[in-house]
Amino acid sequence: MLILGISAFYHDSAAALVRDGQIVAAAQEERFTRKKHDPSFPTNAVAYCLEEAGCRMADIDHVVFYDKPILKFERLLETYLATVPRGFRSFRTAIPVWVKEKLFQKGMLRKKLGQIEGVKSWEGSLLFTEHHQSHAASAFFASPFKSAAVLTMDGVGEWCTTSLGHGRENKLDILREIRFPHSLGLLYSAFTYYTGFKVNSGEYKVMGLAPYGKPVYAQKILDNIIDLKDDGSFRLDQKYFNYCTGLTMTSPAFHELFDGEPRKPETPLTQREMDLAASVQVVTEEAVSRLARYAREVTGERHLCLAGGVALNCVANGKLLKESIYDDIWIQPAAGDAGGALGAALAVWHQYLGEERQTNGKDFMEGSYLGPAFEQSEVEKRLSDAGAIFDVVSDDDVISTTVDALAEEKAVGWMQGRMEFGPRALGGRSILGDPRSPTMQKTLNLKVKYRESFRPFAPSVRREDVSDWFDLDTDSPYMLLVAEVLESRRYTPNQDEKELFGIDLLNVPRSEVPAITHVDYSARVQTVHKETNPRYWDLLTAFKARTDCPVLVNTSFNVRGEPIVCTPEDAFHCFMGTEIERLVVGNCVMRKEDQPAHLKKDYKEEFELD
Amino acid sequence: MELVRELWDYMSTRKKFWLLPILIMLGIFGTLIVLTQGTAVAPFIYTLF
Repeated sequence: MLILGISAFYHDSAAALVRDGQIVAAAQEERFTRKKHDPSFPTNAVAYCLEEAGCRMADIDHVVFYDKPILKFERLLETYLATVPRGFRSFRTAIPVWVKEKLFQKGMLRKKLGQIEGVKSWEGSLLFTEHHQSHAASAFFASPFKSAAVLTMDGVGEWCTTSLGHGRENKLDILREIRFPHSLGLLYSAFTYYTGFKVNSGEYKVMGLAPYGKPVYAQKILDNIIDLKDDGSFRLDQKYFNYCTGLTMTSPAFHELFDGEPRKPETPLTQREMDLAASVQVVTEEAVSRLARYAREVTGERHLCLAGGVALNCVANGKLLKESIYDDIWIQPAAGDAGGALGAALAVWHQYLGEERQTNGKDFMEGSYLGPAFEQSEVEKRLSDAGAIFDVVSDDDVISTTVDALAEEKAVGWMQGRMEFGPRALGGRSILGDPRSPTMQKTLNLKVKYRESFRPFAPSVRREDVSDWFDLDTDSPYMLLVAEVLESRRYTPNQDEKELFGIDLLNVPRSEVPAITHVDYSARVQTVHKETNPRYWDLLTAFKARTDCPVLVNTSFNVRGEPIVCTPEDAFHCFMGTEIERLVVGNCVMRKEDQPAHLKKDYKEEFELD
Repeated sequence: MELVRELWDYMSTRKKFWLLPILIMLGIFGTLIVLTQGTAVAPFIYTLF
């Protein structure tokens, strides 16, 4: 039985293929089209999934789309009716898109699926799951738990913005939901917009900026904007928002409440933006914590599964784990809309078809390495065609030459095995660095990634070593938990350093691994497991043997605004356009100084800033 | 025609027949709007629609 899940037409289109309940392949369309958050129909991702499974569209038993377009249309119509005539501008923008395209999604999906194999229309079984059902299914059915409480939180799907579910074996019941326009995701997005970042991609930046500030506005937010109840339910005072009726997130009342207009994108950040970020982060953490407590109360479960865009807030996740409300928490690595494709497919298998679910203590994500991989011979051919000069080395030498480069504080592009599904690079498509270097964070931000200098980097650490370095002793394979660097690894700041605040904190070395220690001593930890990524695990082992440090800086293999690399050519182009000094793809090793000068390019201008 | 049938099924299931006149009006005016302009893009807002 083959089930193809699809998410598309809003942001982060993706496809996922499930065969007899096992996840065969999953990938985001942006990786193939090289357009960040690409919302178009995932033609390339579907084609890849079919190729990986060795099948054709004719072999697919069910295709499932991750939300219900007509219910979304209902939400739009009822919102415009409720706010008439104020919403006319938004109405005028949205309705043509719907009347022209989105209302005809069923036909459009059949046509696009047919086009993949050159036929007019695909005529098989086409199903639709609800948006939050897809998220909840991606969180629970892919988790290692036999039963669990399930929380999904995002911007909005059809109506639902937050749901509480109960998963047992192959059953998943949604027990409570909070509906549009009351949304934690939209609250966070409103502050993302107000602090001058791009909605739907800058939320990570707000989270990264928060530790530089103090939550001085948190009470103001709780007193005026969000009415947060003890059970985690909430209502947003719509007077402060503009997303129901206009084309921005916040309203003049919001600007008045915080004494100023939104920051203009790319203008200098001030302490005010840092304090705003810290404040909305604290409020979000409080809401998530209350929701989780209530979910525990309602379901009586000892395990929790999370999905939806808000579940990518790893700081909130880390705090939730520390509160020990649950014995264990599992977060879907593709918690955003891309993961909806996978959730929809799993929902069909378990809920629609009623098929059994066998758990064995491990999750079903295969380390989230669910994307394309390239054979060594193909890597060599593709790199040669791109004009690269490379050495082909043995497996052992791949590790030793990479460790040499890392120990010399070089930035290394590392492309191995299958591409990750979800927004995080997990050692399949990563840029690696030495975390002990006090200059690594700045170098990587400004010369390699071309992004804002305040942004933190995450560490990869062997699962065996995690508790020797971080205040964490659980699996965090998907980089979705934040934990503090152990006190014994920290440096004590001197008096002058103690008095610094805001962005100046960035220049103070804070621990033995300064490149991955954020200003509040936190780190977004990825535990590396021998079973799911043996080569990366070997690299960390060798780096530890050389330096006594089992930690590496791991950042996604891309520049700001670019999707993570997919193919060897993508990796080579990024290598040639940045100050990455070594590139290791499969068993091919490239040094920057060996490459033809004419292949160097001005790369950072190629992508629109995110 | 498939869309009309789906909308009818939707209104029957959700008991939302009061949306019918709005949908008819939208069908008429929406077609006019489509004929007079291309797809609009809203850059500063979450993808609500």
